[in-house]
Amino acid sequence: MTPNKHALAPASIPRRSVLTASADFGTQVLAVADAEVRKLRHDPWELLSRAVQPILWLVLFGGVMTRVRGLAPGGTPYLEFLAPGILAQSVLFVAIFYGISAIWERDLGVLHRYLVSPAPRVALVIGKALSSSIRGLSQAVVIYLCAEAMGVRLSFEPTSLLMAVLLIILGSGLFSTFSLIIACIVKTRERFMGIGQVLTMPIFFASNAIYPIDLMPGWLQRISSLNPLTYEVDGLRAVMLQSGQSAFGLLHDVAALLAASAIVIVIAARMYPRMTE
Amino acid sequence: MTPEPVVQTIDLTRRFGEFTAVARASLTVAAAEIFGLIGPNGAGKTTLIKMLTTLLPPSSGQALVAGFDVARQPAEVRRRIGYVPQLLSADGELTGYENLLLSARLYLIPRRERHDRIMSALTLMGLMEVRDRVVRSYSGGMIRRLEIAQSTLHRPAIIFMDEPTVGLDPSGRRTVWEHVRALRRELGTAVVITTHYMDEADELCDHVAVLHAGRVETVGTPTELKASVGPTASLDDVFEALTGTAIEAHGGYRDTQQTRLGAREHS
Repeated sequence: MTPNKHALAPASIPRRSVLTASADFGTQVLAVADAEVRKLRHDPWELLSRAVQPILWLVLFGGVMTRVRGLAPGGTPYLEFLAPGILAQSVLFVAIFYGISAIWERDLGVLHRYLVSPAPRVALVIGKALSSSIRGLSQAVVIYLCAEAMGVRLSFEPTSLLMAVLLIILGSGLFSTFSLIIACIVKTRERFMGIGQVLTMPIFFASNAIYPIDLMPGWLQRISSLNPLTYEVDGLRAVMLQSGQSAFGLLHDVAALLAASAIVIVIAARMYPRMTE
Repeated sequence: MTPEPVVQTIDLTRRFGEFTAVARASLTVAAAEIFGLIGPNGAGKTTLIKMLTTLLPPSSGQALVAGFDVARQPAEVRRRIGYVPQLLSADGELTGYENLLLSARLYLIPRRERHDRIMSALTLMGLMEVRDRVVRSYSGGMIRRLEIAQSTLHRPAIIFMDEPTVGLDPSGRRTVWEHVRALRRELGTAVVITTHYMDEADELCDHVAVLHAGRVETVGTPTELKASVGPTASLDDVFEALTGTAIEAHGGYRDTQQTRLGAREHS
């Protein structure tokens, strides 16, 4: 049973075309996301329970603050200013705790199954990011309905809706992948819970979600200009509302979110496999 | 000409800081054989499996699995192996069929073949009746068989199973054994199985490697190993003769807790 003492000569890697490789990559990304959709279909209660918080923000916080005059720029009703902010907020809140489920999957063993599969790590990370986007989109449906009922003049133009979907997918993917990185660092659910709370507050308040950037002190304005949530909110403001306007330009918002997503995906793909060690 | 071995390792070693979990393991697993890695918890079985399945890079030494180098060609290795980890690898929130569909896609089985492969895997593992039930409602033995089914879809040359019968009752264990044999018979798959149950190794394995404190103490057929100790010896006696300790003496509260909870084994 003892092999010879010379180094073993491995076989050579078969060639695969770029086209095949990309098609395979797509199949694997969608496989991960599809599993998530199926899980949500088996148990939709989670989605419903998550919808409570944004409704409370709109009805309670929005209901009171809309009486403060001059809070929203250019005479927009505050509720209209707030609705896209709350959508971005719930995208953030749902996504930022995504790392918990990643740790849970590691503890159960399900993660091993993904990591021994031939799917490239980047495909797994993007698939997981898309899974989180599906939750984000379901939040959007609830918030659209609630805002419409409260008299917010929403835009239902197909292009606007399509752009909103794109922004939500980008935002969810970005924050959930960021959360995955945190999970790879802290490694346990208990530690993650603490850190998740600590992270959401500054990301949320150092953004334009519930007040305009002009009202912030100078140092906070500078921080918020580096905060991806600011661009998520700004983009959503442009596409969600009939009177929608973007402060930075929609293209600028999308570019900022894409760049931030690319960075976190590359980092996460390097760190994710080490979770099992 | 004999076919190429599916696993070849030379001096495969993994250290965690000062601690050496696997020390210079040199093993060969032939095509279509059932190969057992036996030893108590903490002997290095899981670490060895993790290196062979590319989940853990070796510290030194070399390993070829299905002809490819685990450290330098991990993606190629992953295409050709199946893995049934000690922990759960089936998703409890999905049905049996959906779990298999997920695996079929991750392993890039062509769309037109997916359904047939899934159905034949379900048949082989005796899970046809329960395929549309969520896995949360399965028994332990059914989950294990589903996980084995998952690992066979892409027709791997070899499947690694880490303690596949831990926590199962005797009839559940027997059913798993029968299905492991069926796998080899029907598909010609080699199986590497870790276990600390000596009867399992004796019953199931063509060759057995005895691991103790990270070292491969000996390799042979169960019959050879037993005969080397005495005419009426069991594999337990073999282990005791090789290491000076009984296998039951190992594993305190921590090991018991891990086995019971199915928590992560020390890697």
